[in-house]
Amino acid sequence: MLEIRHLSKSFGALRVSDDISLALGPNECHAIIGPNGAGKTTLIHQISGVLRSDAGEVRLGGRDVTGLTVWQRVQAGLGRTFQITSILPSFSVLENVAIAAQAKAGGSMRFFAPAARDAALNDAAAAVLTRVGLADRMEARAADLSHGELRLLELAIALAARPKVLLLDEPMAGLGRTESAALIDLLAELRAEVPMLLVEHDMDAVFRLADRLSVLVDGRIIASGPPAEVRDDPGARAAYLGAEA
Amino acid sequence: MARDRMIGAAIFATLLALPLLLPLVGADYLMGLLIKAMLLAIAAISLDLIIGQGGMVSLGHAAFIGVGAYTAAIALESGIEEILILLALTLAVTALVALITGALALRTSGVYFLMITLAFGQMIYFTFTSLAAYGGDDGLTLWSLATLFGSDVVQNGEGLYFFVLATLLATWAGVHRIGLSRFGRVLRAARDNPQRAEVMGYPITRYRLVAYVIAACIAGVSGLLMMQYAEFVSPAIATWQRSGDLIVAVVLGGLGTRNGALLGAFFIVLMEEILSSLLHEWRLIYGPLLVILVLYAKGGLADLMAPRAKGAG
Repeated sequence: MLEIRHLSKSFGALRVSDDISLALGPNECHAIIGPNGAGKTTLIHQISGVLRSDAGEVRLGGRDVTGLTVWQRVQAGLGRTFQITSILPSFSVLENVAIAAQAKAGGSMRFFAPAARDAALNDAAAAVLTRVGLADRMEARAADLSHGELRLLELAIALAARPKVLLLDEPMAGLGRTESAALIDLLAELRAEVPMLLVEHDMDAVFRLADRLSVLVDGRIIASGPPAEVRDDPGARAAYLGAEA
Repeated sequence: MARDRMIGAAIFATLLALPLLLPLVGADYLMGLLIKAMLLAIAAISLDLIIGQGGMVSLGHAAFIGVGAYTAAIALESGIEEILILLALTLAVTALVALITGALALRTSGVYFLMITLAFGQMIYFTFTSLAAYGGDDGLTLWSLATLFGSDVVQNGEGLYFFVLATLLATWAGVHRIGLSRFGRVLRAARDNPQRAEVMGYPITRYRLVAYVIAACIAGVSGLLMMQYAEFVSPAIATWQRSGDLIVAVVLGGLGTRNGALLGAFFIVLMEEILSSLLHEWRLIYGPLLVILVLYAKGGLADLMAPRAKGAG
């Protein structure tokens, strides 16, 4: 579904992504782990188009999307979440998701009918919010949500556009144990519907969700394969896992 | 926001009823004052679409008033008198100017957007001063005015008053509708969090440009009506200080609120009139008054009259 070939990016002399290649098949969860500063978020930015790559190619469902802008990639089916929650604070929870559904549905150059009463968009948004467990917070203002709820809203916004591929940048960041466990269950369910590239520090989540695992260190993938294999890879252990395991 | 709507309805009902009462208190003077306030309100409401809803602070909005006024005046001079044709011309020319300047200005944001709109505004202003055939610096007195279907009903007095009132009502209702529409929602999303709006799949610059052009067109219409009311156009209509007045009206009234720009414009015109009739150095009072209002009524006049739930909108 998603294929990345030889992606590179430098900031000055610092090479933050060095010839990264990876592929994501249908219904697959590919996790990327690595120490802080390894270039994980940079990689997500490059794939989603927020950052331009110096070299390399991003293909989505066989189509080259490297030359497309951020919004064009989203329209092409590339959804993402942010490590640092990024929502529309003054909008209601429902409207945050409805406007994401609106981008998919089209018709955003309509000037007169009140959008808040658009039943099709609201129903689509409500369905997604029910799915992530925010059904009883739909009328709340997004700025008033708790951190855990915001993480769920972040995910709901990405899901509302019905993406073909989901890029998840540390979805568990800052969550407590029970919240994390619930989110892992939810992602495990979603994995059957949408392939995902998961950047995550939470090892429980990684080993529960990932079909494949890549270890990113200093902008390079040093090990890649099924989680059990990577766990036993000496290089990967030394670079990252060793510190915790 | 039922209370907002009631306040708006009350303002328009008052404006509708006043001409019937005015003969009792000296009609011409008050009617002129109200027309001036309504014309400023039309432009201020249009500016609120880009500042309040869009988060783009333009310091060149008065230039579009000028483009509208000069387009209409030049067309009048060349013999076109039907106001509906003048309206169409005004809309076409302002839209074109806004499309070009907006497409360039929207490559920036924040304070740079403010500077570049100021620069375009000044360019347009100096273009007017150099129109020697149409009065240059001194402006142009119009010997004939626009007609509606050949009738002089929109040339002065009550006819013009109601024409301006109808335009104001259409602007007030229309801009509100746009704000609530699918388009307006995207515009507000781009104000709240541009990166998020983009990652939702929206080409935000395109939406901002459309809003910019719509706002310019409405300002252009107010320019046409200002020309018709004053029977005169001059570059003074398009100075950057006038753009500043519009920003003051919008901020003072309450950014992105239903009645804010309307209230702000009326407040400015009426305060200037009242204070300047009382005192020669009226600005000494007007200035501190603005400071107090901005400090202590952060939501603007609209918020004073109908307090909103904290942070809503």
